[in-house]
Amino acid sequence: MPKPEKTKYSRPILEFEKPLLELYEKREKLAQIQETGKMEMTEEIKQLDKRIEVTRQQIFSGLTPTQIVQVARFIARPNTLDYIGMIFEDFIELHGDRNFADDPALVCGIANLNGRSVVVMGHNKGHSTKENLARNFGMANPEGYRKALRVMRLAERYDKPIISFVDTPGAYPGLGAEERGQAEAIAKNLREMAELTVPFVSIITGEGGSGGALGIAMGNRVLMMEFSIYSVISPSGCASILFRDAARADEAAVAMKITAKDLLELGVIDDIIKEPQGGAHNDPELSAKNIKSAILKQLEPLLPLSHRELIADRYNKFRKMGIFNE
Amino acid sequence: MSIHDWFKRKKLQKEAEYTRERLDIPGNLWIKCYKCNQTIYNKDLEANLKVCPKCGYHFKLGSAERVRQVSDNGSFKEIDQHLTSKDFLNFTDTKSYAGRIKDSILKTGLNDAIITGTAKIGTYDVALGIMDFSFMGGSMGSVVGEKFTRLVELAVEKKIPVIVFSTSGGARMQESIMSLMQMAKTSAALGRLRENGLPYISVMTDPTSGGVSASFAMLGDINIAEPAALVAFAGPRVIEQTIRQKLPPGFQRSEYLLEHGMLDIVCERQKLKDTLTKILRFFKD
Repeated sequence: MPKPEKTKYSRPILEFEKPLLELYEKREKLAQIQETGKMEMTEEIKQLDKRIEVTRQQIFSGLTPTQIVQVARFIARPNTLDYIGMIFEDFIELHGDRNFADDPALVCGIANLNGRSVVVMGHNKGHSTKENLARNFGMANPEGYRKALRVMRLAERYDKPIISFVDTPGAYPGLGAEERGQAEAIAKNLREMAELTVPFVSIITGEGGSGGALGIAMGNRVLMMEFSIYSVISPSGCASILFRDAARADEAAVAMKITAKDLLELGVIDDIIKEPQGGAHNDPELSAKNIKSAILKQLEPLLPLSHRELIADRYNKFRKMGIFNE
Repeated sequence: MSIHDWFKRKKLQKEAEYTRERLDIPGNLWIKCYKCNQTIYNKDLEANLKVCPKCGYHFKLGSAERVRQVSDNGSFKEIDQHLTSKDFLNFTDTKSYAGRIKDSILKTGLNDAIITGTAKIGTYDVALGIMDFSFMGGSMGSVVGEKFTRLVELAVEKKIPVIVFSTSGGARMQESIMSLMQMAKTSAALGRLRENGLPYISVMTDPTSGGVSASFAMLGDINIAEPAALVAFAGPRVIEQTIRQKLPPGFQRSEYLLEHGMLDIVCERQKLKDTLTKILRFFKD
């Protein structure tokens, strides 16, 4: 992924957003002048804002899959803890899998959503290198998946809905992870999620990386943010294995059909959550608001269902997945 | 002949051997063990269930051979044989997926990377699934997921245990997200089997990795693996790239997994049928 460029402009910016940079800088200058009170700039700022909006609209309405990957992975993109803070009240993080360790790459907890107790969880990436190192770039180890399962069971015991946020490049492929049974941890989660007796909504907020994503994403409803991706392997991974050339990642990104629109068409997800103009990072508050109303909308029809109906609903959803010649 | 030609020939030989190992097609009447280099008469090897008599190396087995080895004579009745993969994304890498499917069917005589059906093992009725590495590296796409799921559903209907032999390089990338969804589908089916109080025995053979190990292969009530089989989530090369150090010897082999608590049994091929029969008896009585 190309690094966000360091510019005079105070916020990080994506590579393809460059046409906006000049406008952003200009606007910042005007705002400064306005602040000093030397000159009245309200009208100019208004005009400039309009120009920014139009340009941004142009850029973001025609993103290629590769550019969407960049947005989905953008370091400034709101992460799970950002969203939890904006969507829920009284969040208390719960730690540890009770067997080996706590995994900071996957956060879990209890919270309140519009007056209703819920359990929340999600992979958490960092906004800086330091934070990312502490959180292992959102790549969970087996203990992360086992913690998630423990907390799902807690939700089930007390009949609370579960909300999961998915944002990971994949489950961590490390020596310790293999030693402690990464495959087993994910496999078990898949089986157990299918049997949960409570309403469960999953949202792919950024990067839905393969089994590591699916490991907490078997909701009765699965939603994707407009500029998120969900795939079995990263575009560069696919390119290096199938195309035998990692540099052909752009091609792979197109061929693999990994955008929200593609997955809605394939019937893998239930809905797309609209992002603010210019992507979630441009207006995290609005983004959180959109997610919140999407969760409430999806949760409502699930709440009256019985335990058995919820299991059947989820089973039928995933049972249908697959395209083949009969 | 220059020295370069000599190297070239060596390389070609090595490649041929490698392909042969992958396809598990013995080239001649005599075959060299890939591990100890012992020359073995092919018929002896077959009689020894394709295990090297000298060093115990387990050659890869095709699904048909496996059926012959583990099920009671002629008891296997295949189901869902007609299911074939579809190139629904029009996926083309160095070759089109549609072309790959066609070639694999021609080359292997199989319709996809798993065969499923009912069989008897030591007189016990079972739902039996056997993956085949020669069909696109045993990768799991919609057909593998669907056949596995239908097998489990059949077992629920007939109230019989499920035994599946896995061997797979992982998800079938040409089916992109749909291959990932097969992990969810197959695991959910196993949840249902469990709810119905029916046992599932998973036998992992060399190699079992990626999407298959992170779904149905690891979910056995009893997990068995053949000796020295590679059983992994991420392949050794990926891990080496991540941690930038050499991996310990024996890493991700069945004995290593047994030691780390991921398997119940590492079972030699000669004892496999007997072991399965005993386990089936345990569940039946």
